[in-house]
Amino acid sequence: MSTVKIPPVLRQSVGGEREVDVSGATVEEVLANLCDAHPAVGAQILTADGSLHAFVNVYVNGEDARLLQWTDTPVGETDTLVILPAMAGGAQ
Amino acid sequence: MRLPAPLADRLIAHAREEFPNECCGLVAGHGDTATRVLPATNAEGTPFMYVMEPREQMELMDAIDDAGEDLVAIYHSHTRSAAYPSATDVELAFFDEPLYVIVSLQDADAPVIRAFRIARSAPVGEQIAEEPVEIG
Repeated sequence: MSTVKIPPVLRQSVGGEREVDVSGATVEEVLANLCDAHPAVGAQILTADGSLHAFVNVYVNGEDARLLQWTDTPVGETDTLVILPAMAGGAQ
Repeated sequence: MRLPAPLADRLIAHAREEFPNECCGLVAGHGDTATRVLPATNAEGTPFMYVMEPREQMELMDAIDDAGEDLVAIYHSHTRSAAYPSATDVELAFFDEPLYVIVSLQDADAPVIRAFRIARSAPVGEQIAEEPVEIG
């Protein structure tokens, strides 16, 4: 089980927990299991086709997963993931 | 939202510092009362878009959380348009608790600050709700 840190914006979707333990060998598996267990999280971070929204960032042990192997990044028992929707927008 | 005048001035100053690009940052406080402004880096650095630098965003959110404060608002500037959420602002509004504050420099001599609650998954027409900003 890896540990997934839940920022305040997603906490209500996991019953108020700051961290949850989720199984999975890769970022993709951990996120899939997290969203299965807490569908409200999936509604916030996944697109209609079930893929991770382009403006949602994932960190593995503090490293940006996009700079690792993105959703194929291996995740071990002692690893910590942080999921963080971007703060973004614009006039156009 | 209650916004002390010095903090309103700080928001406008940040918008002017980054002009012609959009600025962005966070407003921390308690409940609906702002107590400090945390300017951030717009990783896009354009007049048309803001993306808060992700690592900075994480650090600022952690700092607010660790201090026992609330994230009262996420702010950004519109340099050439009104202080009203654009379609992009709504599409990318992941955060439903903090307000989205927009500082408009459309009239450079009379900046406007407005605040909105944005629900991106709500039906079209019901996504944007303006919240009053009490400056003083």
